[in-house]
Parts: sequence; C-alpha cells; structure tokens
Amino acid sequence: MNETPPARLYGLHLAVVLALFGLNFVLPDYHQGLFPRIMVLATFAMGYNLLFGYCGLLSLGHAMFFAAGLYGAGLAVAHLGWAVPAAFAAGLACGALLSLAVGVLALRTSGVAFMIVTMMFSQVLALAILYFAPWTGGDQGLVLPQQARVLNLGFAAFDLTHPAVRYMAALFLFAVVLLVTLAIVRSPWGRVLVAIRENEERTRMLGYDTFASKLAAVVVSGVVCAAAGAAWALLFGYVGANFASVQYSILPLLWVLMGGAATTLGPLVGTLAMYYVIDIASSHTSAWLLIVGVALVLLVLFFPKGILGALRRRWPGWLP
Amino acid sequence: MTPLLTTRGLTRSFGGLRAVDGVDFAVLPGEIRAIIGPNGAGKTTFVSLVCGRILPSSGAILFDGEDITDMPAHRRVRLGIAYTFQITSVYANLSAYDNVALPVQRTLADGRAKGALHAGVMEALARVGLADRAAMPAGQLAYGHQRLLEVAMGLALKPRLLVLDEPTQGLSDAEIDDFIPLVREIARTATVLIIEHNIPVVMQLADRITVFEAGRILAEGTPEQIRRNVAVQEAYLGSGHG
Repeated sequence: MNETPPARLYGLHLAVVLALFGLNFVLPDYHQGLFPRIMVLATFAMGYNLLFGYCGLLSLGHAMFFAAGLYGAGLAVAHLGWAVPAAFAAGLACGALLSLAVGVLALRTSGVAFMIVTMMFSQVLALAILYFAPWTGGDQGLVLPQQARVLNLGFAAFDLTHPAVRYMAALFLFAVVLLVTLAIVRSPWGRVLVAIRENEERTRMLGYDTFASKLAAVVVSGVVCAAAGAAWALLFGYVGANFASVQYSILPLLWVLMGGAATTLGPLVGTLAMYYVIDIASSHTSAWLLIVGVALVLLVLFFPKGILGALRRRWPGWLP
Repeated sequence: MTPLLTTRGLTRSFGGLRAVDGVDFAVLPGEIRAIIGPNGAGKTTFVSLVCGRILPSSGAILFDGEDITDMPAHRRVRLGIAYTFQITSVYANLSAYDNVALPVQRTLADGRAKGALHAGVMEALARVGLADRAAMPAGQLAYGHQRLLEVAMGLALKPRLLVLDEPTQGLSDAEIDDFIPLVREIARTATVLIIEHNIPVVMQLADRITVFEAGRILAEGTPEQIRRNVAVQEAYLGSGHG
C-alpha cells in the first residue's frame, strides 16, 4: 500500500511465477502431480484472501463459490457436451451470479451474522447438489471423460490430462489471478477495501459507498474462487459434492491465515505449507489431523499474522 | 445571501429522549459558526443529522437549496459536507499518507492520475504541518498530530461545509495556538461549523455562535452578544461569570 518501487514488487511476483515454471522440469513425478492441485487451491485461497484479508469480511461459505465454478463447468461438460473454454466461462458465470445474489443478501449483515449467513447459503447449495443427484451425481459426483478435457485452440490442442500441460494450465490461472490481485490491492479501490476493513464508518464519511465496494469485493472474490473450481473440474476431471461442504469453506480460511492474511503471496505459501504438512503427516500416521491441529495452534501462538505477515514485520516492509 | 445550510424543525428522538428538538438553523456561506452548549445538549447529534450519520425523526435539511434530508451520508460528502470525528478516528494501521490519500483519490475525477494524487495528499498534509510525517503509521503519531491528520482528511475532501466536532479536545495550549490560524485559513475556502467546549477558542474564531441546551437552540448571536446573554450565562457559562 505504500509508495514502493513497482519494479521491485512486480519483479518479486514474476520471480515466484518463474520459479513455479522452473519447478515443472525438476520436480519428481509425484510432486509434479501435486503442484497443479496446490496452485489451483492457492487460487481459491487468493479469492478468499481478497475478501477476508483486504476487505475484512470473514465468510464461512466460500465453498459455494468454488462449487459454483466446479459444477458450472462440470455439468456443462457432462450434460451439454460443451468445450473446455465455454465450460470454463460457464463456471465463471455461475460464480458471478451466485456471489452477486449472496452478496446483496448477506451484506445486510456484518460480523458473526455475516459468517452464519454465508455458511447457511453454502449449505443450501451443498444440499441442493445432493438433492439433484440425477444431474449432479449426488455424493458420488461426476467424473469427466478424458476426451472431453482437451483444450482446442484451433492451432493446437492441449490434453489437460497430460501432467505437464496440466501443470502449465494451473500455473497460468495462478499467475493471472496473482497479478490481478496485486493490481487490485495497489489500486485506489484496493485502498478503499483496506479502509473498510480498518474503519467502515470513517470510510463512509469520506464519501465512499461502502456497500457497493463490499458487494464488488464479494463478486470479484466469488469469481476468482469459481475460476479455481472450474479449473479443478477441467484439469482433474472430478466434480464432487465434498467440495461444497463446510470443510472447503474452512480450508481457504486456514490457508490464508497460515500464509498471512492481506499479503498477495500468503495464500500460495499457506496452501503449499498446509498441503505438504497433511501429505507428509498422513503418510506416517492416521492421526494426521492431530498434527495439523498442533501446527495451527503453534502458528496462532507464534505467528498470528501468518508466515508472510511475520516476515513482513521483520524484513521487507514493502511486501504488499 | 442565501444560507449554505438550513434546517427546519429538525428533530431526533432516542426512545423517549428528544436529543434534537425542532431546531431551525441556518449558516451563511463563508461563515465560521460555533456551536456550544453543556454536555448532552444535542450538539453532536445535531451535526450527525446534518452529515447523515443518523437520520432525523422529523424535519428537513437543505444544503445549498437542495433537500438532503433522506440522502445517504456518502452522497452528502460528495456534495461537499465533510465531518471530522469527535473521537479521533484515523486509520491507525495505515500511514498518514494513505489516510489522506483516501479522501484525495475520491475527489479526483481520474483516480489513475498518480501525480495528482500525490500532489493532493502532500498539499493537505502540508496545510496541517504533517508533511514530514507522511510515512508514519497514523496510530504512532502523537495525539495532537492525529487530530491534525483528522482535519487534513476533512480538508482533502475539498468541502464546502467542514464540520469540526471538538477539534481542540486533548490538544496542548501551544497546539491550540497553532490551531486557530489553521481554522481561519480553512474558512477562506469553506464554511466552518465547529463544536467546541473551549470558550476562549470559540470567542476568537466564531463569526456567530449558536448555543444549544436540551436539544433546542437557546440563543444565537455574535460572540459579544452571547457573552452578554443572561440566559446563556445561567445555562452554560455559569451565573457567577458576569
């Protein structure tokens, strides 16, 4: 938010993207398979961070936006036979419509009531997915056939089930959302979002329509999460009801808290750290949730601002 | 001259209490108007109604001839009514620069004009003497400086009517001495409505004074008229005063 040389900022973010690009060629197969998942989930977390970290609105229902993208794209492929770009757009459109409707209603509340209302809407969507089982596959979910997951751009066709293609597609989505987030938080509108988080009444008395700004934040956040959901459906071919469950509303919150709320790179750091903690712990013990819990307690005790939040305090104050 | 701000029969009740009770009030453009009165007289409620932070139970508010009674607060700010908070309400975690950048960027037609934003922020900070502290987090400024930052945020809105709610509260005598010329300077480009408990400040600054008591206007006049007014002396200045 401060007047930092933009070259250094954009340089750092581009370096992160380039590092992820390079990792594709050096990672062992197993980790090359994990990273696309982590990048898509980190995109989900970035969408969450925009609303929670910058605008200060704590939603407990963001699984519905991820699921809107997931099912919007997945159902379009499974039932309508749409091609990849159209299905992805359908996922985004579902996320935009849902977040607009939920935003208009949920933003009449704030604080704890906002948490409950968003959670409630998310539960409605989760139950609706189970109820319309003939179309959604219910709790079994849908598996998208491999031949439907080919991105045909006219001059070339990309098989999204191929590990390297999948990696690059996930990286592309991640990089676009990362740079968009960076641009937003450095824009005048980003400054208004932070101002709303810090003191909404004061912001209103500076002449800002805070409701409109918050609604726009919900929609942008919802669309980013829907993009992650749509990408998940198209890249990994599985559209499941568990992604609409409460667990997937809590996870982005934990990832963002772990990486550092209101930092642009925090969602990636948090998602990456948490994914590997779970991955390593679950290969050693069935009580891996215990280890996750201990990690979270330690984090809250010693790094309440998350990993990047703690780093920012000690070293580069210019981290956005 | 037509008044910049007019209220007619303005009333606001909280439960059974009529905090502001049928107030007819008018301020002329370019005036410095002070509002004084004992605690609980309804001063802050009155200016909150003017700014739109709360809505009236009945009555009307006109700004520059336009009825703004039902207008939301943020649109009144855009019309040119700026409010500085009684309880210092700066963004403590943001730098002084960012605090002022928020009102400046809203008044700019083109929000992307980076140069104009920077110039506007530094000008507002310079007017209150905080230019050298632009990078400090507002919460780490001395209390008096936070009050000045609050004023700078009001100024940055380029208001036509600036409402200052007890601006000298908590300031040292030396800071108050600097504050008086600042308000006079502001009044050259804006009408100033100032709630103030510090009577010497009021007497020096105000063109006219309105005295509130129990939600109504008890008296109104020049500082000299108010000083001589017997009812005011009894209600507020203390009957032994004159």
